[in-house]
Amino acid sequence: MELTVISGKGGTGKTTIALALSELAKDVVKVDCDVDAPNLYLFYDGKDIKKEYFYGEKKAVIDKRFCIDCKECEKVCQFDAIKDGIVNSFKCEGCGACVLVCPEKIIRLKEQKTADIYITQTNKGIISRAQMEVGSEGSGKLITKLRSNARKFEDDNTIIIIDGSPGIGCPVISSITGSDAVLIVTEPTQSGLEDFKRIMELCRHFGVLTFVCINKYDINCKMTEEIEKYCIDNDVYLIGKIPYDDTVIKSINELKSIIYYENSKANQAIRLMWDNICKHINLLNNNFKEEY
Amino acid sequence: MNIAILSGKGGTGKTTVSTSLSVITGANYIDCDVEEPNGFIFLNPSQLKKEEVMVDYPIVDKNKCSLCGECVKVCQFNALVKTKKEIMLFEKLCHGCHACGIVCKNGAITFEKRTIGIIEEGHYGSLICKRGVLNVGEPMAVPVIKKLLKDLPKGLNIIDCAPGTSCNVVNSLQYADYAILVTEPSSFGLHDLKMAVQLVRNFNIPFGVIINKYNTGDERIQKYCKEENIKILGIIPYKREAAEVYSSGKMIINLPEYKKIFEDIVKSLREVFPWS
Repeated sequence: MELTVISGKGGTGKTTIALALSELAKDVVKVDCDVDAPNLYLFYDGKDIKKEYFYGEKKAVIDKRFCIDCKECEKVCQFDAIKDGIVNSFKCEGCGACVLVCPEKIIRLKEQKTADIYITQTNKGIISRAQMEVGSEGSGKLITKLRSNARKFEDDNTIIIIDGSPGIGCPVISSITGSDAVLIVTEPTQSGLEDFKRIMELCRHFGVLTFVCINKYDINCKMTEEIEKYCIDNDVYLIGKIPYDDTVIKSINELKSIIYYENSKANQAIRLMWDNICKHINLLNNNFKEEY
Repeated sequence: MNIAILSGKGGTGKTTVSTSLSVITGANYIDCDVEEPNGFIFLNPSQLKKEEVMVDYPIVDKNKCSLCGECVKVCQFNALVKTKKEIMLFEKLCHGCHACGIVCKNGAITFEKRTIGIIEEGHYGSLICKRGVLNVGEPMAVPVIKKLLKDLPKGLNIIDCAPGTSCNVVNSLQYADYAILVTEPSSFGLHDLKMAVQLVRNFNIPFGVIINKYNTGDERIQKYCKEENIKILGIIPYKREAAEVYSSGKMIINLPEYKKIFEDIVKSLREVFPWS
């Protein structure tokens, strides 16, 4: 059973919620797919039990010593990545068209390490995560690898909780395709609503079961109503509403999940939401025991 | 002259800072966060012109194709698959690089164009506002960003980048003369700020930091910036009133207190990075 938490817009509380749900789940494997800004593992004193290099892209390399300056590579490159026989590695997409046209056969594609990937053992199960090389491609391939690493630790009753990336592009698409369910975290702001509509459309496009929760719902009640209406009109299930709560920022800075702050309003709302999610998951997945 | 606004982490207030600075300095506003472009909500530019962003994709002429499979082998993106009867294309994986066309001995491959997003351009007063919008379901944002940045208006441009430090941001940084890193005083904010700092240092672009959503007492970002010798251009306090203004799609510089803060930011920006 795989649940992916996404948001469209950054800073809506995706990691806080993914972490809280992970702590509430009994048998859990976590995947941090926000590879650009991986924050989930910061909460754990984990031990990395496995580390691998991930080669996610290729770049063209020209052996300038034998270059006859024919400029065929430059002409063929669709990405304006070659100038005077020099490859701009930030622009190069590693397609190899230049390799094909070089009459001297002095261009090759070289694999680039784009991330370190880890399996981290914590006192609360496994985290599959990556540390990307700064400036690398936040590729779908990397996300796919992190998810498949997590599945190796999956039993019948395990829930895999994925902290997804922001946006609607390649990494997000790779985070949600094949997930059993997606939880969209949104916030009642004009930008939140716009981004929510785009991410909703994406989930619809891929036909994945979608739940929605509104975080900080009481900072703008009118906007919250608008999101609620949008959910009803589009037949998507609003599974939780979480109030604004200063304890959340405190919990982030103390690196402790919000569910351990008993008097926190956000904590209570998230627990309620988790019960709702479990009910739906149980309907979905018969293997999933009552205890969830 | 181009100033890129980045953040490491999403939700730190990149768009708030970008739109506010555009209005106060009179700079053009370019929204490169093409997956989630939000700047136009606040600037609401008029007289919008739209232009489609197209990418190439191969068409295989069945009559000429000998099913040799060379195109499939050469494709680095697994966009082509050979079946018993034909060569199939997964168009969303295709980067439009033309390698398949180069390698085809039978001349069976030609290229056509398809739309993956749009560029919009309008005006806010005398400012030019441009943004790219990636179509939902399309994985690759980079071609939209590239097209957006190719024809930048003259004068001072504020480039609102995507969150994070990946290829989308890298492509926007190609055009930046100066960078402003927006962060927030939390463990997450600091963690992600460090990644953004590493990125701009790799690019050798001069930069400064703006701390947003500041609550008195949390000095972790100031401490880090001091240790790293990074200039703090300004500190924007967190106030519920500002959050409410933002949530309804209005600019926080409508509040006099915030307007003053942004004017001071522009002053310190001019000290390190003068423009005419």
